[in-house]
Amino acid sequence: MSPVLEVSNLTRDYHVGGSLFRRAHTVHAVKGVSFSLEKGRTLAVVGESGCGKSTLARMVTLIDPPTSGDILIDGEKVDITHGVPKQLRRKVQIVFQNPYGSLNPRQKIGDVLTEPLLLNTDMPAAQRRERAYEMLVKVGLEPEHFNRYPHMFSGGQRQRIAIARALMLNPSFLVLDEPVSALDLSVQAQILNLLADLQDEFELTYVFISHDLSVVRYIADEVMVMYFGEVVEHGSRDAVFGDPQHDYTKTLFTATPRADVESIRARLARKAQLAEVSA
Amino acid sequence: MPLLDIRNLTVAFDTSIGLFKAVDGIDISVDAREVLAIVGESGSGKSVAMLAVMGLLPATATVTADAMTFEGRDLLAMSPGERRAIIGKDIAMIFQEPVASLNPCFTVGFQIEEVLREHLGLTGRASRQRAIELLTDVGIPDPAERLGAYPHQMSGGQCQRVMIAIAIACNPKLLIADEPTTALDVTIQKQILDLLVRLQAEHGMALIMITHDMGVVAETADRVIVQYKGHKMEEADVLSLFERPKSRYTKALLAALPENAVGDRLPTVGDFRFEDELGGAR
Repeated sequence: MSPVLEVSNLTRDYHVGGSLFRRAHTVHAVKGVSFSLEKGRTLAVVGESGCGKSTLARMVTLIDPPTSGDILIDGEKVDITHGVPKQLRRKVQIVFQNPYGSLNPRQKIGDVLTEPLLLNTDMPAAQRRERAYEMLVKVGLEPEHFNRYPHMFSGGQRQRIAIARALMLNPSFLVLDEPVSALDLSVQAQILNLLADLQDEFELTYVFISHDLSVVRYIADEVMVMYFGEVVEHGSRDAVFGDPQHDYTKTLFTATPRADVESIRARLARKAQLAEVSA
Repeated sequence: MPLLDIRNLTVAFDTSIGLFKAVDGIDISVDAREVLAIVGESGSGKSVAMLAVMGLLPATATVTADAMTFEGRDLLAMSPGERRAIIGKDIAMIFQEPVASLNPCFTVGFQIEEVLREHLGLTGRASRQRAIELLTDVGIPDPAERLGAYPHQMSGGQCQRVMIAIAIACNPKLLIADEPTTALDVTIQKQILDLLVRLQAEHGMALIMITHDMGVVAETADRVIVQYKGHKMEEADVLSLFERPKSRYTKALLAALPENAVGDRLPTVGDFRFEDELGGAR
């Protein structure tokens, strides 16, 4: 089977303009990233702030053009230097981190959901509305939410709306940029379940950007670890979590807080020992 | 005698739709040299309770309590001047957004020395010397040089270290940390948590960690209070809480951790019926 998304040697440089006090220089945000992703799979991109994971997300979502390298979607090479063709725009959708910032406060939910159809298809209004009702139910909301405004929803509900909007055009793949990091633990579990259900139902392909390793371990099929714009480790979830190769991946794992009973017991024992030594 | 003892604390906000109780009849006490974690989701009132201790709530808030004592002295009965002498000196607090908590217009050194001058009367060379000591203590390289830096010239992790330096400047007996690592990367989070735990042990401070992250609780706390919608759901030492949670809400929270996932679905808090505990928790 041919991959849904293929990326080869992708780079992105940002030119930081000089001023009276500072010389112009170039930031290499992404330095040669290659991967391919098959239908129905989830690729998790892990790294810290500034590692280039969001820049990568913007490039595969066709928001920013890459400095060099190729993006192939459904086997076709993408060239967006002269704008994004409509049929391509439909294939890629994104869900952002902050559900409070990514919905227009003056737009009713119904309009949020039908707008992608209005812009990208010739569907008549009645059919658009029908599709929006269906989608609301799919993501666990009610049809009567159609006429409400974003401020009437909680953070978790807004993230459901953002996911619904992204799915309106039946995209080939979905980029999820930290979709649960702004949510409470209980709501996070609901959204992760929803994403898993939708993936099963529609055979969706996800590029899941996250810094939270416990979430990644739960949702990913493949894991890609980025560090200063480079991919330092890429493999199946079990390979990366079971036997990390790169030092940075190991550092990430040891830094992640552990909430199991054995770790707590070990910590308390260390603490008691220290107290004894100093006493 | 506990260091900080709060009995039946209620914080109510006057809103356009009537009185809203953010904290509803909560008891909190912390002993000297103890690490207490207060854990809860947004809206659980975990921050509001501590802001009430610090006296940092807006005028729309009404704070009532049967008792709110620090070292046996009643915080609610004392004059604003007496309270100011304690807040910032014996009780210090750090916040979630380190970059936003520092004043962008002044150097880091000025902001540290301001506390030293205000509470300890240190000036000139003595205060500068102490500021260098503090920056060394919180692990900022080249401290003498960095005193002249402005907050925007430092990273988020370094700004949080500076905030901690300001907080421990007067050797407080109690440090309250409100989500101190939420805005930081995992590796930096680890460094800051290690720093807080080390300082707590070295200085013999009590530490209250406010967090929503069960991992942070597991890594730092001696004792834990779980809050939900302004009520205390459970209080236990850290090991019993993770090993044998009593409240159904705590069970739900622990089950919702992705690392505890059994099978391919996560249980959500809604799967556990615990709303009836709200009444019984008081």
